Amino acid sequence: MIETRTSPAELIVAFGGWVLALLWVSPLLYAFWTAFHPAAYAVRFDLLAPWTLENFARVWNAAPFPRYFLNTFLLVTLILCCQFVICTLAAYAFVCFPFKGSDVLFMFVLLQLMIMPEALLVENYKTVAQLGLLDTVLAMGLPYLASAFGIFLFRQTFKSIPKELEEAARLEGANMFQVLLRVFVPVAKPIYIAYGLVTVSYHWNNFLWPLVVTNSVDTRPITVGLQIFATIEQGVDWSLITAATILSVSPLLVAFLLFQRQFVQSFMRAGIR
Amino acid sequence: MSMTGHRTMLYSALLLLPATVLLWVFTYQPIFTTILNSFYSTPRGRRPSVFVGLENYETMIADPIFWKAMTNNLIYALTTIPFSIALALAMALLVSANLRGKGLMRMAFFTPTVLPMVAVANIWLFFYAPDYGLIDKFLGLFGMGGNNILGSVETALPAVIAITVWKEAGFFMIFYLAGLQQISPTLIEASRLEGAGFWQTLWRVQIPLLMPTTLFISINAVIGAFRLVDHVVAMTKGGPDNATTLLLFYIYQNGFAFWDTAYAAALTVVLLAILAAIALFQFGYADKRVHYR
Repeated sequence: MIETRTSPAELIVAFGGWVLALLWVSPLLYAFWTAFHPAAYAVRFDLLAPWTLENFARVWNAAPFPRYFLNTFLLVTLILCCQFVICTLAAYAFVCFPFKGSDVLFMFVLLQLMIMPEALLVENYKTVAQLGLLDTVLAMGLPYLASAFGIFLFRQTFKSIPKELEEAARLEGANMFQVLLRVFVPVAKPIYIAYGLVTVSYHWNNFLWPLVVTNSVDTRPITVGLQIFATIEQGVDWSLITAATILSVSPLLVAFLLFQRQFVQSFMRAGIR
Repeated sequence: MSMTGHRTMLYSALLLLPATVLLWVFTYQPIFTTILNSFYSTPRGRRPSVFVGLENYETMIADPIFWKAMTNNLIYALTTIPFSIALALAMALLVSANLRGKGLMRMAFFTPTVLPMVAVANIWLFFYAPDYGLIDKFLGLFGMGGNNILGSVETALPAVIAITVWKEAGFFMIFYLAGLQQISPTLIEASRLEGAGFWQTLWRVQIPLLMPTTLFISINAVIGAFRLVDHVVAMTKGGPDNATTLLLFYIYQNGFAFWDTAYAAALTVVLLAILAAIALFQFGYADKRVHYR
């Protein structure tokens, strides 16, 4: 390690940074603290208060959280798998099988970057109702299955792959799907991981559209379930609400804390093209 | 056309089929039906919808809540964006400076970003609660307690803005971090050798070079200001007295609480126009003015 002298200015900056960081996590830390302490301490901070898991036990029994988690898991899996397949095929077509007007079509695809499904929720609700899909996991996922963002990202990546790789595979007798699976997809693997993390966190957290199209325990994702639970408890028992909140964010939060570097890099990669 | 030309066309059509069908059904088709429905009345019971011309738009122009929602959305966008951008830049500079524990610092800034807005809203509801909420208790220490932050017209919107900044600043920090990495260290060194201090280097070198990033973040933030109303649903339901009603929330309310889908369609047309304007700005102006390397 290189020995460096720290100037007073640098010390001040470091101190400021630490204060800001602490300020930034303190709401979460306090919510965490409340969730693990008896209800009486929710509004009366006491360092020596006894720790307890009772809030979590009560939350777990009061609402069907396991089912909500399952629904969210199914929703996220559905969206992730379909987006990978649909966006890969579309991007492959744009890069390797261009036709007259494919650039114009691509511009039309990009429109969805601006006008996202949430903005059209009233009409999309009607469509889903006409399809007879209200209150299903499929309905929650449908408007998001073809993602302009995914198509854009994969197209950028596929375009950067040298033609020689593709031609070499062709010469060896690979058909178009083999070329896609053996040349394009492996090279784009980091982008798939980055896009996957971004889309999982987006849809794990998505709320408004699922709220609109679901109305039963068997389909509600965790965000909607949490909101329904919290509405009942609001102003009554804050330690229960914080416990439910911590519980519902825990899978994603644990994943984030474990794979922090990958998350941050993925968001960078997917954002900066 | 040659044989291979036909084949290319066929392959392309098959590969693009799922994406185009889905984009048509859930993006294009609803845009057209929204515009169309905004000229019809809402079907109620046995009364079918009839063509009413501009009636929905006339209602809208005369509707004080619509104007309130537009003003709120404007205030919301114009305050969240500069605050989160300034904080994001400060965070990125802190994290990229060689400070002790910068990994932990980055984690602290970024963590709110991975949480769902509904969860964030519920945590903050607890802090904003009157009397026993953290913030009111803190103010109480100085004899300024007894505030119902989310319950009074003056403070409800700023409270909603604050949690948006809290959640989004860390997200934007990521883009500044990426932007800062692309600035060559020799430029910074050169400016230091010329005798420029920290602030001068920041203003004259780093901030100008980060312009593309700032623009990218701003556009994302503007779209975000019109697309995300989860916290309004979870915290205030637009209240008190519509002080926190945002445009998309008002659309949601008209569509799913008042079941006035025709009026919701007219409101959606306004939202679509705003988003289209942002898109035109980005493709027409921004991409030409700010050159990427």
